Formats: sequence, C-alpha cells, structure tokens
Amino acid sequence: MSRSVGKEPVAVVGIGQTRHVAARRDVSIAGLVREAAARALADAELTWADIDAVVIGKAPDFFEGVMMPELYLADALGAVGKPLLRVHTAGSVGGSTALVAADLVAGRVHGTVLTLAFEKQSESNAMWGLSLPIPFQQPLLAGAGGFFAPHVRAYMRRSGAPDTVGSLVAYKDRRNALKNPFAHLHEHDITLEKVQASPMLWDPIRYSETCPSSDGACAMVLTDRAGAARSPRPPAWMHGGAMRSEPTLFAGKDFVSPRAGKDCAADVYRQAGVTDPRREIDAVEMYVPFSWYEPMWLENLGFAGEGEGWKLTEAGVTELEGDLPVNMSGGVLSANPIGASGMIRFAEAALQVRGQAGEHQVAGARRALGHAYGGGSQFFSMWLVGAEPPAS
Amino acid sequence: MSGVGSSAVLRAPLVVEFPFTRSLGAVQSAFLTGLRERTLLGVRAGDGRVLVPPVEYDPVTAEEIRDLVEVGATGTVTTWAWNHEPRRGQPLGAPFAWVLVRLDGADTALLHALDVPGPDAVRTGMRVRVRWAGERVGAITDIACFEPADGDAPVRAAVPHSGVFDEPVTGIVAAARLDYTYSPGRAQTAYITALSERRTVGERCPSCRKVYVPPRGACPTCGVATAERVEVGPRGTVTTYCVVNIKAKNLDIEVPYVYAHIALDGADLALHARIAGIPYDQVRMGLRVEPVWTEGGRHPDHYRPTGEPDADYDTYKELV
Repeated sequence: MSRSVGKEPVAVVGIGQTRHVAARRDVSIAGLVREAAARALADAELTWADIDAVVIGKAPDFFEGVMMPELYLADALGAVGKPLLRVHTAGSVGGSTALVAADLVAGRVHGTVLTLAFEKQSESNAMWGLSLPIPFQQPLLAGAGGFFAPHVRAYMRRSGAPDTVGSLVAYKDRRNALKNPFAHLHEHDITLEKVQASPMLWDPIRYSETCPSSDGACAMVLTDRAGAARSPRPPAWMHGGAMRSEPTLFAGKDFVSPRAGKDCAADVYRQAGVTDPRREIDAVEMYVPFSWYEPMWLENLGFAGEGEGWKLTEAGVTELEGDLPVNMSGGVLSANPIGASGMIRFAEAALQVRGQAGEHQVAGARRALGHAYGGGSQFFSMWLVGAEPPAS
Repeated sequence: MSGVGSSAVLRAPLVVEFPFTRSLGAVQSAFLTGLRERTLLGVRAGDGRVLVPPVEYDPVTAEEIRDLVEVGATGTVTTWAWNHEPRRGQPLGAPFAWVLVRLDGADTALLHALDVPGPDAVRTGMRVRVRWAGERVGAITDIACFEPADGDAPVRAAVPHSGVFDEPVTGIVAAARLDYTYSPGRAQTAYITALSERRTVGERCPSCRKVYVPPRGACPTCGVATAERVEVGPRGTVTTYCVVNIKAKNLDIEVPYVYAHIALDGADLALHARIAGIPYDQVRMGLRVEPVWTEGGRHPDHYRPTGEPDADYDTYKELV
C-alpha cells in the first residue's frame, strides 16, 4: 500500500453530505445517496458526465438489507455505462471506500471519481445484524456497548485515567455538533453535569457517551492534478492513506490499542513525511462511537504516549479551540449512519484543510487526519490531507 | 478433516430473517399506491421512453425524472422462463412462468408471474393482462399475476398522470429471509461435544503455542492448522468486565448483571460470560471464578467466585 513517488496526486474537490437525522422517511435509499452525491458535484461545480467511475460503501448487508447496492444505485449515482464498485469493511467502510477511490486516481486509472457511503439505520436494526442466532453458540450477552465497555475499563485500569474523561469527550463533541448543521444531535442545553448524570448503560459507559442511530450519506469527488487545477474552490490534497486489518479476537490482541491501528497510522505518517504527529497535524477527525475511544485512539494514533491520551483530553487540548482539535464535526457521537461514518470523518478532515468547515473550522488548519475503524477493532483506514499539494 | 468423520460434524438449520422497512420516495410511492387503485404508472425518461416500473433517476442522463404516466393493464410477453417448483413467498403456489411483460404504452418490461397450465401455453409475444389481487395494500403483490389475453388488442399509449392519490403508501416492509445449513466445523464440534461433558477443550497452535478457546481449527496469527487438544479451566480469572444496565430484547436476564471477559486457566484468549453469585458492584478485575452449569445447558449458565484470592494484575494483563 505504499504510495511512492510517481503516483498521481489526489485532490478532494467536492464534498457533500445529508443532514443526518434519526429517520429520513421522505426519501428512498436512492434518494438519500443522490442528495449527498448531488451536493458533492455542486461543490466541485461538475456534472454527472464529468465522473469517470463511482466507488460506494455501506454497512454490512444485514445491517440494512441492501444486498447489491452497486446494482440498485447505479441510476441514482449516474453510474450507468461507468465502472461502479462496492467496498466492504464494516464500520470503517466509509474510509476504505474513499481510499479505493483515491487509488483509482493515484494509479491514473481514472481522472475523476465519485465516492459515496451511506446507511439508513431507521429501516433496519444493526443490533439484530450483529447478533444472528448462530446454532450451538451462546447468544451475545451485552449488545454493542457491552462489547466495547470492557475494553474501556481495561484502558482506565491501564492508564489510571479519572472516571470523568469520558464525559469530557461527550460534552466537547456535542458542543462541536452545535456548530455543524449536518450533525444529527443538536443538544442546545447540553451541560457537563447532564452528561455525567445520564444513565449508566454498560458501566463504565453512560448513555450520553454513546453514539446515536442515524440516517445519512456522504460523498466526495476525488480528482487528479488537472482536475484540481479546474476546481472552483481550494482542494484538499491527499498526503497519505492506508488500511490495515486484524482478526476481531486472537491471542495477544491488544484490544485497547490494536496493532493494526498503530501500523496504519505509521504508514500514513511515513507517506506524508510526518515524524511528530502531535506537532505536525492541526486537526483530527476520528471514529469515536463511545467517548472513551478519544483518549484510546490518541495513543493508538501516536498523538500521545501510552497511558497519556486522557491527559490531552482533560487539559482541553482536543477542544475546538485547543492545540489539537479532535472531532470538530461533533464526531460519531453526534451522528452515526454507520455505513457513512468513516467517510464523514475523511470528509471533515478535507473540509478543514480546504477552509470550508464553517462554524467548526479550525483556524489555519493545514494538515488534518481522518480516521475510521470497524468490526471489533478489526479494520482501520486513515488518510492525511493537506492544504498544499504533496511534495513529490 | 484429521480423523473425524464428516458425520460427526455438527449441523443445524440457520434461518436469517428480518422485516426491513423501506421509505419509498415520491416515484415508488406513486407506483405502489397506483397498484392499490388498479392504476399502472410508469415514468417518462429524457429520451421519451416510458419506464415501467418507474425509476427515480434517468438511466441515460442521470437526471431526476418525475413525469409520471399511466399505461395499460394489458401487455406483451417479451421473454419468459418456466418455474416448475415454486418456492415459499412466490406469487403462485402451482408451477408458473416467470415473464417479462411490456405493458401497453411502456418501453420497458416488468417482471411478474403468468398463470398458465404448462410451458406449452407460454410464448414470447403472447398477449397478457393483469389479474388484480382481491385485497390490495400498495405493493407489487397487488398484481396477483398475469393471465393470457389473446383477444385483447393494445389499448392505448401512455397518458400523463399526476401520481397523486388519497392516503398514499409511503413505506413498505421488505421481508428478507435466508435459509442456511450451518456447521461449526471440526474444531468447534469437538469443543461443543466436550462442553456437553462439562469440559472446556481448546486447541494449541503448533507454532506460537497459544491455546485457543473456542478453537477455530487454525491459528489466526500464524496461519497454520491446529489439532492438539488442550483441556483448560474450569477456573479462570476475570480480566475485564462491564455492568449491563439495559435489558437486551432477546435475553431473559434481569439487569443489572456483569458481562465479563474470563481467561480460563491455561487459555491464551479470554471468553465472554456472565458473572453471578456476587453483588454486581463487587465484581472486579482479577476475580477468580468457576463455571456454574444448569441441567441440560449447552454452555455454563454463568460463572461465580471461587473464593480464592484475586489474581495479580501482572498475571493476566497480557490477556486484557
């Protein structure tokens, strides 16, 4: 997956997403993806005819029951007569999908590629999809939060982090969401006390520290150097991108800081020439479905030493006005159409370096990291984007 | 399959079934509501063709298309296939023909069933008409099937239609069902068989020496087959846990309860189980536990404290 000299630079010139909500009963799935795609094209000031190929991602099939999206959505995405392919890596799929699309541009297979990811959680039940009644096996005993909560406890034990850190993350992300019109949750009366008083669902995870269930889609237009030159707005340039996977369960797996995540980040930094991510990266949009994953990923991604991530959160470093803002959009904690969530992270990183993030813009953001993960910390995908073209 | 006959491997049916719901959007809403009202709607594409069933976006130009038209309830078979053994949920119980029907006024064909006694009674080009269902709800099944209509001449060209009806159908339930025969395979069959004797038996990787419980027949790290069986437990250590305070739909367990990761003595990977026999707020990392079985149970019902001193963190931290 190394991205060496000689590859075509990849630029993000169009970004579109839906206003993520609990239920979009007014549109079909085709209508939902269309909305995001049309906004991305409008942002790039391109038409369907300008797109050479389409790469889409979605949640695992049982999550929303669309088994062949590449067949169903070809009309809606203007893909008739063009290559249309689908990527599948559980919750990280939005990120992986963008990277597959980027590779098509980097490899000069196509000049301009539309990439899109979606989910309508309101028309299905992800929890059902995760707990099929496999014969001879004990049923899953605890639900999605129950799967992750023991790992959070392990992190707390390992790092000595105070109990309050999770609530600080949730309070921050929900306030960031108030500045993002596309976020699902807009809790105008949010206070830290309310977060800390919310019910403990899977101790140590509180209700307010979990993500909502959302309907939404996100799309991006990726293009080559020539396409970027025609862009009406500043492009975001890809400086590095990588994917890694590892089994959900294996002897020696570090559930708190999975090796696949560390290796993936290291690959991205190497491609981008980043040696000190804490100093050289201006903003991070990471996949945090439960608030404690912010300090956990800060360590996994190399922004803090082992056991030190929570100190950045506690010190306010990750706030929008902080030294290393994290989840400026409000994050997965404020909108989670699972199949699209990874791409929303990637898109937010690109918005930041384009200076197009509106009220949640980090002043002077030049380099931003987008991060996604999925499965039981099984798939990782990340990209680093910058305001300037890559050096090569 | 290393000495175990295939007859010894467990098998069981697995039915994966879910009633997905679908919001229709304006075009599909008009189409299905129209069926309820015995009105067949298509959409006119940018090149003038009439598409039935209608789509939301033009397959040629990709533009949004919304010009609905009404077409006839008679049409012409464009091609067909005989279905000699109808399955659950198909339009007719007796053998029938799958047909593509180009309705009068349409330029594309609709897939449905044709009720005829045998394949000799079907031919491409034959005239057919809609047989409406007695009770119609706004679904493709409002067309019960097609039937031969040799005498019916083409009735008309498509005419514009507003697509507006009283009480439009805005959503449907799209039930999905898959029928599998599931087999857990050689390694897990041995594990499950041992559990029936209340023993926990994993497999050791010949390369890294790690003991997998449940065994998978292969080591995911080394990528080699595992065969050496190793009995582990029955006692183990709680490596981490959470307290579940919300009731899961499909589980008959009173909340709060403790969901724990337990490293059985001798295993290199924790398994997941419930802890009981101790107040939930007294469970802790390092707690020593043992399985509690119920009569006829395939797995331990839960684990309870053994009363031993807690394990030191350093003895299990690699398993957390």
